[in-house]
Amino acid sequence: MEFFLQPWPWYISGFLIACTMLLLLLMGKKFGMSSNLRTFCSICGAGKASDFFRFDWKMDSWNLLVVLGAMLGGFVASHYLSTSEMPAVSEATKVSLASINIATENQYLPVELFSISALSDIKTIFILIIGGILIGFGARYAGGCTSGHAISGLSNLQLPSLIAVIGFFIGGLVMVHLVFPLIF
Amino acid sequence: MMKQILFILIGFIFGIIMYKSEAASWFRIYEMFQFQSFHMYGIIGTALAFGVLFVQMIKRYKIKSFDGKPIVILPKEKSFSRYMIGGIIFGLGWALAGACPGPIFVLIGAGYLPILIVLFAAVFGTFLYGLLKDKLPH
Repeated sequence: MEFFLQPWPWYISGFLIACTMLLLLLMGKKFGMSSNLRTFCSICGAGKASDFFRFDWKMDSWNLLVVLGAMLGGFVASHYLSTSEMPAVSEATKVSLASINIATENQYLPVELFSISALSDIKTIFILIIGGILIGFGARYAGGCTSGHAISGLSNLQLPSLIAVIGFFIGGLVMVHLVFPLIF
Repeated sequence: MMKQILFILIGFIFGIIMYKSEAASWFRIYEMFQFQSFHMYGIIGTALAFGVLFVQMIKRYKIKSFDGKPIVILPKEKSFSRYMIGGIIFGLGWALAGACPGPIFVLIGAGYLPILIVLFAAVFGTFLYGLLKDKLPH
């Protein structure tokens, strides 16, 4: 039973992600999660504010089913297939975490940001809101996120996706190395 | 109906992969941007190696989709600024929230309620892009 609760190694995980993309291509669709955010906007009536949201979102409703499945998968994996322990990060990462006041004895997600009690700190709410806005805005500006560009786009050897992924990393490195020391 | 179930099933498997690989954990994203572990690079690298192989096979052998139609992967429009600027903005958010859109949904299913704030903010960010789109360099 212990075996089923262990996290998966990178080579199994990476292979299975590629299979997810392949299955969606074989279904006549493409692998991209952030376009669902645009669909949500359209469903909520954002078409009144911008024609960017005036599209036939029912054509993309298959992707909402993928999202529903992903949520169910998260539920099953966290409740029945995992102990939800903190990932076994490297010793160097533990030192870095301590330097930004994040406990190195933690859970799957840091309690400092993702526990209900952490929400009593307005700073946490601010971090989650800014993070979310940047994700949504940036993904649509770049025309895709990790699944659409870093996996699908690069698998198809598309130059735009390479530029986007370089951008993802510039942004991520600036955030972790320059901004984190100021906000944590 | 069969198709609908298949889409849910693909999402379900994807959700389990994201959670079990720890790609949905803030800690792994933080560690990746610190270059302190091979884990995330191994995941992305393996996914890409097989991804390139699968896409090349589809093209070379003209593999058709399950309903018999040719599989066409539309190229993205040419540009530098939108991918670079948009990419940097996305990267800032990815590192700050420690989750990209796929894992956001997976973590909601896993029951981490504060992630709902990230989701609503991401929908709002998408809305903001729709409002400002024509004023931005593309």
